[in-house]
Amino acid sequence: MQWWNVRSSARFVSGTNERAQERPLHPKRGFGQPVRPFHLHPLDLTVKLHFRESDVIVENRSGRVMEQEKVAWPESTVPSARMPRSRLVRALVILLPVLIVAMAISLWAGYRFLDPTTLSHDPVMQSVFFRLRLPRVLLAAIIGASLATVGAALQALFRNPLADPFTLGVTGGGMLGASLAIAMGWGVSIVGVPVVFLVAFAGACIAMVAIYQLARVGSLVLPGTLLLAGVVMNLVSGAGVIIIQYLADYTRALQILRWMIGSLDVIGFELIGRMLVLLLPGWLLLLASAGDLHLLAMGEETAASLGVNVRQCERLVYIASSLVVGVTVAVGGAIAFVGLIVPHAVRVLFGEDVRIVVPCSFLLGASFLVLADAFARTVLDAGELPVGAVTALLGGLTFFWLLRRRQRYAAI
Amino acid sequence: MAFRTEQPVTTTLTDKPMLEARNLSFAYSSGRFVVNRVSLQLRRGRMAALVGANGSGKSTLIRLLSGILSPSAGEVLLSGKPIPRIPRILLARTLAYVPQLNPLSFPFTALEVVLAGRSPHVPRFQFENRLDFEKAWAALETVGAAYLAQRPVTELSGGERQLVVFARAIAQAPECLLLDEPSASLDLKHRAELIRNLVRLRDRMNLTVLLVTHDVPLLDDSFDVVFAMRAGAILTEGKPSEVLTSDVLSSVYEDPHLQSRNVEGRTFVWSATHRHPADHK
Repeated sequence: MQWWNVRSSARFVSGTNERAQERPLHPKRGFGQPVRPFHLHPLDLTVKLHFRESDVIVENRSGRVMEQEKVAWPESTVPSARMPRSRLVRALVILLPVLIVAMAISLWAGYRFLDPTTLSHDPVMQSVFFRLRLPRVLLAAIIGASLATVGAALQALFRNPLADPFTLGVTGGGMLGASLAIAMGWGVSIVGVPVVFLVAFAGACIAMVAIYQLARVGSLVLPGTLLLAGVVMNLVSGAGVIIIQYLADYTRALQILRWMIGSLDVIGFELIGRMLVLLLPGWLLLLASAGDLHLLAMGEETAASLGVNVRQCERLVYIASSLVVGVTVAVGGAIAFVGLIVPHAVRVLFGEDVRIVVPCSFLLGASFLVLADAFARTVLDAGELPVGAVTALLGGLTFFWLLRRRQRYAAI
Repeated sequence: MAFRTEQPVTTTLTDKPMLEARNLSFAYSSGRFVVNRVSLQLRRGRMAALVGANGSGKSTLIRLLSGILSPSAGEVLLSGKPIPRIPRILLARTLAYVPQLNPLSFPFTALEVVLAGRSPHVPRFQFENRLDFEKAWAALETVGAAYLAQRPVTELSGGERQLVVFARAIAQAPECLLLDEPSASLDLKHRAELIRNLVRLRDRMNLTVLLVTHDVPLLDDSFDVVFAMRAGAILTEGKPSEVLTSDVLSSVYEDPHLQSRNVEGRTFVWSATHRHPADHK
């Protein structure tokens, strides 16, 4: 029994009626038997289901309801795959507790492990917790979420599974901008937004546009050229940073060096607030363009023929990712490969749908960097590792693993 | 739960042709006109083919007609309305385009690719529902590729991938379907099945079809019009039996060695491949 052979008295209304004449009489058809649409081709399915499976509304091509009656819907051979929305909800329901647990672990772990009983009365413990640990964990979560979301968006935009703010040189551009700002001592801020953020944003933006224009030929983005352009961009901006460091005076140079390694140093809530002013719009833009990015990941012409305004979507993602990467780099330095590892982990766990990958990368990225930071803080007894080293190590290995299984990704 | 409408561009029947090109010209950055002052009309519910030699501007023309490229001069009208004036989402509901190359870099499943065809009908910030899913499945069954549904498209062969992309265009439920060499990597059986499906879509859904192909024997009398293109211009148009003749084809392909036979309404065409007499010792 094919699933479209609806056992019912519903007459199916399709564009033309000539099919009725060709329809042969079925040998089993007799009196009292319901009229079955024999030889009903799947194309003739202009049936809409609403509320319950037994409510069948028959429509013609222009969407007018021709008939509405209750029929028994036959057993379907359509696989009972989950709908994209329920897959997203399920993924978020799984990842939210993961984030909460990761933050709890990270708040607890450190040079002095947190004892919740002493927190209520010990002023030293309170100070450590609220002044140092809580802002640091929040910062790690914010940076991890930002980098992972940008990574997921860029992979879809460039149709390249190896894209990441770091491999594309966007981080490099941001770093050049930020170190320029630090060297010039631009500690000032415009309407509460530090100038370092804005200059880093500008650097990231220039880097992104430059590599994309280098790597695109018509509607194709050459994957190899894209990654090579990213490498060159990183080298060029690295050289720029070194020159700036060389020319800057001693204290500023040290400041740049410490920030460049990529660690989540002691910062206050005030800075987090300032970051969020710029990050929130960027995050929202990236999450909102996930639907268009899903279609763009299938090819530029495909997306255009499915109604996506490709140029506008590209511009939005450029601006949003440069903003997010610029701010992140200005505060946390180069924390590499988070945007590569996390989206791939999400893909392995929850599938390829970009509308699922982007929001899930947000949550998993936050959890990942929070845990990596906790690891970096506790692995050495006395000091702490820069978290950038931990993520670069893990991310580099992931990159190699992705290169190994390139047959799944035709475009590498 | 509100009804999702599948509102096409024109709800009323008009006498205007479904697809019309007026003095269409296009040049890539090199400045040479790839499409030069092409005018053509395609009426609603007609199935047309576009033939021509390599580099004659077929693919560029079909991309101009689908609105992916915008012309240097002239205009494309869909149901009498210029394409730039139609909102993108309405255009996507009305017109589907199947590209020649389908570079897919991510291992989406075939079903996900076909479901993407439903996206013009899905409101913004919403996901496909059960109905979209069923339509996508029906489209996959139509092209006979339901068995591929859960396979990653990056692991499919060229022909299988073309079937999946064709299914996506069917799931899009358009009024006008433009296909760029859909039969290129299909085998004999699937080529015939493709044409059968297109005929079925035209007869039942009143779909307008324009297809670019090199595969002349595929063009039997189920096609209403054949456009022959040479050097960026339409050379002739007419019924398949009128256009696909030996002399028209040899001027289209600019090949004096071209020969053709007509067998059961189909034109079989080949070019002599024996060596030139001067090459013989």
